[in-house]
Amino acid sequence: MRPARAAPGSIQRSWAHALRQELFGSPADSLISVLLISTIIAAAFSLVRWALGQAQWAVIQANTTLFAVGRYPVQQQWRLWLLLVLVAALSGLSWGLLRAYPRADRSGQLWPFNDRLAVGLLGFLAAWLPAALALGFPLQWRWCGITALLVAMRWLAGHWGRSWPPGLVKLIPVIWPLLYLFGMVLIAGGLGLPRVSPSEWGGLLLTLLMASFAILLSFPIGVVVALGRRSQLPLLRWSSVLYIEFIRGAPLITLLFLGQNILGYMLPGGWAPDRVWRAAWVLTFFCGAYLAEAVRAGLSAVPPGQLEAARSLGLTMPQALQRVVLPQALRIALPAAVGQFISLLQDTTLLSLIGLLDLLGTARTVMANPEFLGKNAEVYLTLAVLFWCCCAALGLGSRALERRLDPTHSPA
Amino acid sequence: MSRSLERIPWWRDRRVLPWIVQGVVGLTLLLVIALLLGNLVRNLTAAGLLLSWRWLGQPASFDVAESLVPFDASMPYWRALLVGLVNSLRAILVGLVGATLLGTAMGMASFSGNGLLRRLARGYVEVIRNIPLLLQLLFWYFVVFLALPNGTAAFQLPGIVLSKSGLYLAWFSQGFSWQGPELVNEVWRAPLRLSVEFSALLTGLITYTGAFVAEVVRGGIASVPKGQWEAATSLGLHWSASMRSVVLPQALRVIVPGLNSQYISLAKNSSLAVAVGYVDLYSVSETTLNQTGRALEVFLLLLGSYLIIDLLISAVMNGVNQLVQIRER
Repeated sequence: MRPARAAPGSIQRSWAHALRQELFGSPADSLISVLLISTIIAAAFSLVRWALGQAQWAVIQANTTLFAVGRYPVQQQWRLWLLLVLVAALSGLSWGLLRAYPRADRSGQLWPFNDRLAVGLLGFLAAWLPAALALGFPLQWRWCGITALLVAMRWLAGHWGRSWPPGLVKLIPVIWPLLYLFGMVLIAGGLGLPRVSPSEWGGLLLTLLMASFAILLSFPIGVVVALGRRSQLPLLRWSSVLYIEFIRGAPLITLLFLGQNILGYMLPGGWAPDRVWRAAWVLTFFCGAYLAEAVRAGLSAVPPGQLEAARSLGLTMPQALQRVVLPQALRIALPAAVGQFISLLQDTTLLSLIGLLDLLGTARTVMANPEFLGKNAEVYLTLAVLFWCCCAALGLGSRALERRLDPTHSPA
Repeated sequence: MSRSLERIPWWRDRRVLPWIVQGVVGLTLLLVIALLLGNLVRNLTAAGLLLSWRWLGQPASFDVAESLVPFDASMPYWRALLVGLVNSLRAILVGLVGATLLGTAMGMASFSGNGLLRRLARGYVEVIRNIPLLLQLLFWYFVVFLALPNGTAAFQLPGIVLSKSGLYLAWFSQGFSWQGPELVNEVWRAPLRLSVEFSALLTGLITYTGAFVAEVVRGGIASVPKGQWEAATSLGLHWSASMRSVVLPQALRVIVPGLNSQYISLAKNSSLAVAVGYVDLYSVSETTLNQTGRALEVFLLLLGSYLIIDLLISAVMNGVNQLVQIRER
């Protein structure tokens, strides 16, 4: 009908053709498509109308500090800002160095498309989010400054990272754990800083702290227990099996129940940590058991010949595990392990059921405030978007890491 | 030469080493357990709460909103816990059926020839899996079900009425007469009523577990060689016929073991019912703890019940697994 038809290679035509083929291939398909399209349009339309017209976002705007850090004392909040600045600087640095030393998954480009996309997204978020949340101007500038710092560090490390002394670059994996410990000190107090008790932590701060603590500590537990479960020694095997099955047989909430109501009786007087740390330890041991199963799957995927070869070369058992078996097993276990970390991040919401003020717990106290009564939809939707972004980002990161660690991927 | 063979130092002797390692680990574990249990017994004795089951016979003196077993506040604690267990089992059973149906439909839809349907199924899985279940349950309860209209404004379909006071379904009433919901004095009545709490819990559990089941089903279907599809199509079978009688029977071998762990996690996740006010086993246990202070006994009961439920599901699924295995002649 149009002269474009005469050009069979035209992208536009083949695209439209594929679309028609997919959506209207048969009468039944056409019917389904029309129904789905009209439903989706109606749903999207009413959602947009609600979000822009009826929803009252003041409940979020008025409580941003509460959602972010809970009841953390105002005079001490500079410590959290400092931590944020350090994390942003180090993230930018690590990111830039990753690009400066290209590996298997990159063609050696300094600014691949994904990175430009990420920087654009960060810039947009830094400009739009603080304004949308109706933060004051000083706070808006602070967020812009932190984002600018991250991007600047990324740029610096990306362009000049290769000419830096290699010792400095090797230090990066050590700096991260040190920063974590320093962050703990900043948050909790100590080293001359006034103490902020865990009962005053809350919101996103508590959620991230609990999740990161459990993820970091459950990792060694998971590896040790997985090795124990595959051990030849019956005592190690059976105690590992018992631990894994005990944890996996019970719902998390009953284990949190154990931590809150029974752990206090089991420890010598004065040893029992406070409620927040008790929950953190329960989460850690919970995640450890599931992680052990992921690592075990990875271990059993490594051919037994690998261990035998390493042993026959004269490596001791610990050496063989550390240098030959575990690197392969952990690479295989990575997707399952990250899946476990994602579900742990989601499971932190259960802390709200035992009365802790994590992100969800804080949200529920906000909604109990008579001023914001009945604003459930706004608050739950915001939380859902936040969790979705965090979990989806973790999943994306895991896939990128998988590609990077893939030994069959030839370096370009 | 022979000297060095005879005298292997004990720390490298493979006959001794395992015993030493096990001895050290065993002793450490024993010490930790002894310490924990010793403290537990000492502290519980001091608090007068040492293991005892006599309190189970005392009157519970709290009411339960909905129960299949007759119950009132004068009945003993064990009866209250039984009510909770029955309520939990009810949610788990209906949830299992619903999640299986939804998950299978969504898993099959991700192989549909219709691009929109395929992407919608993928989108459903991606959205649901990245949002915490507890948040979803609260959303369904507070945002969806509690905002429903009541009385004449309620959503009405033939045989089904959905309102703020619950979900009303047509069912057999006295004798064998089929009876639908009806409005009596501005209040809906029907032979079968599901409370809003139960409906919200079920909706949340089914949509959440359905996404995981969809992934299992998708993986199972993807494991069937493409040639099977092509062979079925070239024999003249329709998409639905080849799916039903060629692909699914083969995919089931892969699907059933995967379903087992999703079913168990649904059973465990049903304990989140406490957040939406549905009185399940965990909810009754929490109330019981608050009234009696019997933390250890309540915990043991909870642990035992969920363990038995998990084992039951595993046993049934193992039986199903035997059924769907391909029998070689």
